[in-house]
Amino acid sequence: MKIAITVNGTRHEADVEPRTLLAYFLREQLGLKGTSVGCDTSSCGACTVLLDGESVKSCTVFAVQADGCDVTTIEGLAHGDELHPVQQAFHEQHALQCGYCTPGFVMAAVSLLKEKPRPSEEEIRRGLEGNLCRCTGYHNIVKAVQAASKAGS
Amino acid sequence: MIPAAFEYERAESVEHAVDLLAGNEDAKLLAGGHSLIPLMRLRFARPSLLVDIGRLDDLRYVREDGNRIAIGALTRHAELVGDPVLAQHGALLAETAALIGDPQVRHRGTIGGAVAHGYPVSDLSTILLTLDADFVARGPDGERTIPAAEFFTGAFDTALGHSDVLTEIRLPKVESGTYLKYVRRAQDWATVGVAAARVDSRVQVGLTGMGLTPLRARGVEQALEDGASPSDAASRATEGTQPPSDVSGSGEYRAHLAQVLVRRALEQL
Amino acid sequence: MSILGNRVLRKEDPRFLRGEGSYVENLTLEGALSVTFVRSLLPHARIESIDTSAAAALTGLQVFTGADVDVPPMAPPPIPVIEARMTRPLVATDVVRFVGDIVAVVVSEDRASGADAAELVAMEYDPLPAVVTPEEALKDEVLLFPEVGTNICARAGSPEHDESLFEGCDVVVSDTLVSPRMAGCPLEPRSAAAEVGRDGRTTAWLSTQVPHTDHLGLHLMLGLDPSELRVIAPDVGGGFGVKSHVGPEETLVVWLARKLGRPVRWTETRSESMIALPHGRAQRHELSLGGTRDGKLLAYRVDITQDAGAYPQVGSFLPILTGLLSSGVYAIPRIETVGRSVVTNTTPVTTFRGAGRPEATQSIERMVDLFAAEIGMDPAEVRRKNFIPKDAFPYQTAAGAMYDSADYDAALDLALNAVGYDDLHAEQRRRRDQGDTTELGIGISSYTEITNPVAETEFGEVEITEEGDAIVYTGSFSHGQGHETTFAMIAAERLGLPVEKVTVVKGDTDAVAKGTGTFGSKSTQIGGMAARVAADEVVEQAKKLVAEYLEASVDDIVLDQGLGRFHVTGAPEPALAWADLASRAAADGTLDTLKAAHEFQAPPTFPFGVHVAVVEVDTETGRVELQRLVAVDDAGTLINPLIAEGQVHGGVATGVAQALYEHFVYDEDGTPVTGTFVGYAFPSAADLPSWETVAMETPTPLNALGVKGIGESGTIGATPAVHNAVLDALSPYGVRHVDLPCNGENVWRALQEAKS
Repeated sequence: MKIAITVNGTRHEADVEPRTLLAYFLREQLGLKGTSVGCDTSSCGACTVLLDGESVKSCTVFAVQADGCDVTTIEGLAHGDELHPVQQAFHEQHALQCGYCTPGFVMAAVSLLKEKPRPSEEEIRRGLEGNLCRCTGYHNIVKAVQAASKAGS
Repeated sequence: MIPAAFEYERAESVEHAVDLLAGNEDAKLLAGGHSLIPLMRLRFARPSLLVDIGRLDDLRYVREDGNRIAIGALTRHAELVGDPVLAQHGALLAETAALIGDPQVRHRGTIGGAVAHGYPVSDLSTILLTLDADFVARGPDGERTIPAAEFFTGAFDTALGHSDVLTEIRLPKVESGTYLKYVRRAQDWATVGVAAARVDSRVQVGLTGMGLTPLRARGVEQALEDGASPSDAASRATEGTQPPSDVSGSGEYRAHLAQVLVRRALEQL
Repeated sequence: MSILGNRVLRKEDPRFLRGEGSYVENLTLEGALSVTFVRSLLPHARIESIDTSAAAALTGLQVFTGADVDVPPMAPPPIPVIEARMTRPLVATDVVRFVGDIVAVVVSEDRASGADAAELVAMEYDPLPAVVTPEEALKDEVLLFPEVGTNICARAGSPEHDESLFEGCDVVVSDTLVSPRMAGCPLEPRSAAAEVGRDGRTTAWLSTQVPHTDHLGLHLMLGLDPSELRVIAPDVGGGFGVKSHVGPEETLVVWLARKLGRPVRWTETRSESMIALPHGRAQRHELSLGGTRDGKLLAYRVDITQDAGAYPQVGSFLPILTGLLSSGVYAIPRIETVGRSVVTNTTPVTTFRGAGRPEATQSIERMVDLFAAEIGMDPAEVRRKNFIPKDAFPYQTAAGAMYDSADYDAALDLALNAVGYDDLHAEQRRRRDQGDTTELGIGISSYTEITNPVAETEFGEVEITEEGDAIVYTGSFSHGQGHETTFAMIAAERLGLPVEKVTVVKGDTDAVAKGTGTFGSKSTQIGGMAARVAADEVVEQAKKLVAEYLEASVDDIVLDQGLGRFHVTGAPEPALAWADLASRAAADGTLDTLKAAHEFQAPPTFPFGVHVAVVEVDTETGRVELQRLVAVDDAGTLINPLIAEGQVHGGVATGVAQALYEHFVYDEDGTPVTGTFVGYAFPSAADLPSWETVAMETPTPLNALGVKGIGESGTIGATPAVHNAVLDALSPYGVRHVDLPCNGENVWRALQEAKS
């Protein structure tokens, strides 16, 4: 099926099988491999992207459902050398170790801060319940979101 | 995993969706996809045709309608959470929607999709059953209204026919209500959930996780009408239930939780 | 001012933050075929027939069964105690031994058709009775390997109990504790890819912790000359011990690339990983601890049964490590360990964060609390009475370990102070007096652990580039631990270069001559040290060149580490900075003398600490909420405290997860019940609190940096602290035992049992 999706500001036309998940479309057809598929039960959030500005799990959306929509992936956050404030905060707070879950967390955090610019620790933790990490124990991820929230205000 | 292959059609209207469903006995509706796609990824579900109704935006609304609230079936969980009408007259539903899954899931999942899927431990299903909601569906023979008591017929089974499209859910305005959801982890389905609501001065109680469908705790309701205290009423929580045993908990533990949570929910009302 | 000890932000971060991590699945491999494994759905069965015709018709390519694979079965790890005859065919030939055992290999042009074809492989099985628990397996009624005659695959410790062990003890407490089976759950599922180049050399890309060890395993198994194979571990998304050896999957990927003459790649799904990637823990302990009424511990017996899973892996060896650390931080004079590892029809068990030491600590710390309760003494006091004193190090324990350095009392003081121990007990009393059904519980665990447990040797090489920068080649393999920063800091300090100018190269058997990878919390102490010594040797080499250039005696040349310049002692000018030196050396062809390699070996070191957990237990539902976890962890000198803390945070989260959430479960038929992230209770940020870490540094005398390991400490300390806290909360109810994980149901059951 023919679809057109705007990804990180660029419009892409493609012909996809309906069963192609958005995550695999991004990775394999567009070569945007920052979005990872860490599970098969929509649990881990490593595949999180923004769809029309809201965080979604791209492993649980078919590319055909995103036809005509706007997608932002991790690759679309930085402006050249300048990292997005959330990316910068993750760096400064040591909120990543192996890095595999990081793009998903960053995108989830961007969406969270859009909806709740000054979240409490509890709201941050609940706001990230759809993302799993094995390396960091979440402590510094929470601190990074707090730091990004302060930087944004 | 990669889902099995399927044909895909985008419905232009509810009628179109009904026709597409009627034309293929292996067809399924796709709305938010967060009940269906996970099953498809594990190949537990393999529809040969997906009818995508996700863009029927005229089915996304929350409206006051006299002393009822009408919610379009394609309203997303996140939209329920923030809705001003619900904040005033249906906070129980909005607060429960906030407990479903996680933010990403709530951005996509729809109330109609969640309910029509017939998942045994759907929180919204329990709320709607507790409130005696009505489910409006359109099918090959036109429109009909299904009361909640008849809607949930079994695990993954509802009163909706193969070609029916759930279009609207109608519920009473709620004076007060609470939903207590016991989970192992924040993002989990309920081990046991208890909804208690005061509707037209009557206390109605619903249970999640105590059977193959959401259940009304009729024994508890009866006891309350007879003037029982929350504690005494709660001792009847497990009447008519068959709590399953699975990785989230044994039937015995669920039965115990139901009693504790019913008592607490009633105390909070 | 030394860079060491500073919270240097990580050099490796940018690519991960931008989504440019080079995980194996992200590799571009033109024309690669996709591999999909068909796996047994039965735990124990004879294979009657396999029909691959429909699958092959769909892919247009051969589907491989056990008969087609001409690679000998994989042997258990070559550790003498492990029964070598319990081998694993890469693809099952006549018997499947666990749900997940590979029965066929589908190769396809793309991943989707591979999944479609895999479903079409038709298997016929003759089911065999399955032994799912070690207790069943120990009966030796159903044998996984009939030719071996028993299901026991390894033994540890004494052959039998010494009946006189507890003579002289006024009090003996006993319990049976299980360290439940866990799944490692690295966020990156395994991937492998392989390609034969035009020169006939095979390159394999693996998601692994141990590229050089994999290289050895693969070339031996496939009958290749070592020079014919190159292994590259690019970015790897977590390992935690479960990615520390190749399995049949990676071996088959390499074999197929060579057989088919096309590149081949594979990525497991998560539900596949949950059953096919080896598990961790799964030890059962029968325990007795004896001592005097006034709190002195005299004797301790640990009887260990290790569930090895279907094919013995390193997990079978772990009871030996558990036994070695069994007495923990205490000077207990008489220790007896008895152990056996037994195969069962479940996923094989291997090393997982802590590997034998969490199990040891979970037991001794629980038993010390039981003992304290029995004699009516505060658990902190009992600990103090029995700590190995700080001036007793190096200390040989009765279990046979040689502890290097520690100060357990100081760690306990710090922890109790940080948590506010007395205030918490006052709050606990207040709630009890008021009849509050939500109990507060405070639990202590004081632990030590063994890092670099088998005293390995690590390789490090330092080379100066033409620009005067440095490259460190390390045999360690960071997959989240931050070596690109830490090892750069270590070399930078010796060389007097800024950290930005030191690049760490790892994970490529062509680029790095040898290595042991990263696990066992060993890398900084042997890999970092190897880089340090190599850097020092490069400095010595540099001095020779400088002496020539400055026409001075080499003994008079010094390196100003602060400025990164060489000069004659006492005369700051003329000076040669690294850049100047390097370009001059490049010009006269002596640049390659500014290179040195070192292999560093040292005995194990023993980090230690004290964790205190504060929990709230809802005694009506049984639900436990962890309110606080204070962690004092002493790993000697900290090179980069920011990274060290991160290791503790992650370790603690895993320790808490085992205490409260995670348990990999099989039903009685041997079918996994927790085979996805929905069933398996891997916690999110919403399920855990923030951590309170307290720094403490007692250097080890065993290396010049004074560093020990820290990667596993958090996990080891946290589980028993939480477990003890739950039991503390429940003590008024007569509860002495709660099964791990302390979820609502297990707590509720314990309360019910105590009532009856």
